[in-house]
Amino acid sequence: MMENYLSLLIHAALTENLALSLFLGMCTFLAVSKRIDTAIGLGIAVVVVQGITVPVNHLIMSHVLGEGALAWAGLAEMDLRFLGLVTYIAVIAALVQILEMVLDRFFPPLYNTLGIFLPLITVNCAVLGGTLLMVQRQYTLGESVVFGIGSGLGWALAIVVLAGIREKLKYSDVPAGLRGLGITFIITGLISMAFMGFSGLVF
Amino acid sequence: MKHEHKKVLFEPLLENNPILLQVLGICSALAVTTRLAPALMMCVALTAVLVASSVVISMIRHHIPGHIRIIVFVTIISTFVVLVEQVLRAFAFDLANQLSVFIGLIITNCIVLGRAEAFASKHPLLPSLLDALGHGAGYSALLIIVASLRELFGSGTLLGVTILQPVSEGGWYQPNGLMLLAPSAFFIIALLIWAVRSWKREQVEKPEFRISHIAQDDRE
Repeated sequence: MMENYLSLLIHAALTENLALSLFLGMCTFLAVSKRIDTAIGLGIAVVVVQGITVPVNHLIMSHVLGEGALAWAGLAEMDLRFLGLVTYIAVIAALVQILEMVLDRFFPPLYNTLGIFLPLITVNCAVLGGTLLMVQRQYTLGESVVFGIGSGLGWALAIVVLAGIREKLKYSDVPAGLRGLGITFIITGLISMAFMGFSGLVF
Repeated sequence: MKHEHKKVLFEPLLENNPILLQVLGICSALAVTTRLAPALMMCVALTAVLVASSVVISMIRHHIPGHIRIIVFVTIISTFVVLVEQVLRAFAFDLANQLSVFIGLIITNCIVLGRAEAFASKHPLLPSLLDALGHGAGYSALLIIVASLRELFGSGTLLGVTILQPVSEGGWYQPNGLMLLAPSAFFIIALLIWAVRSWKREQVEKPEFRISHIAQDDRE
């Protein structure tokens, strides 16, 4: 049981990194990776939001939307899976909003660091992608908690690494046409190759 | 066709490409391009959603309250994405499975939301339609280039038809496995950016720091 969760965690964070091998959340990944401190803030926000939204969407999927999931309400033949996309994005938007309010009320210092990143996360495809992958792979509730946190950690790790390199890189002499976006793509490609080395980690 | 309409339609192709210059919609551009067929499907799906949502948003732009406009946009976009997904599942089930989660992720594709926010919510119907078509075409052009390169050099085929006979089937071409893996997509897009920016000089980004050249006699 424990080993299963550990292997899923490592798999989600390293081997199948959301950003580097599944290309999720790329827009934010490239846009907000110029400085290490903002990258860390955004990374933590993604871990928190992933850890909450993936299990919540799992509950909604298995108790409201899935095939025969409404049996508890006496509607056993109901199949609402076609409403999945609309529901998941609404749940993510609502949860992010609630999280923002809770942080603002009870943890003002954390709100000041993470606050500006939270609205960005609603439209971050890593979060919706995490939920859709969880549905596609039919994880259990426990697995979806581990998968949410693990994939968030992997994304955070990748963006912090990229920000660290880009901070140094702005002092270097890059060919004019590659400056900015171009060289960032090449670095991301190299980091992605490095992360492929983790595929040797088998439990 | 009026001049500004032509500009709105053709500018996103090269002058202001959504992927190469505006850094929008990159996730799907990288993820679905290992083969040409799913990439073409993705282009059609994205353009359909983009055009439909831009037209609808442009039509109701005077009735959307400013505070909740993003939620309204996301709801409209996700409705069209669900429609597209259901149609694909009904008529092209295998391809829809290959695209897996990426059809659903059109909802969070920044091109769609970005054009809704920046253009369709401020302009009348016809320019919004043309703008959506132009951005759909700019996105599709890039996806098709990347996918053709990756499929041709990664497995020697185009749309499943063998072009370069691989060694394993008695031919001469040794397929480059890296082309089918994630890093190659980053490298190809970086090289495309380099190519376009070497041609269109005005797209080059300003350096954040300038390295000052130390004169020879200052060093001594």
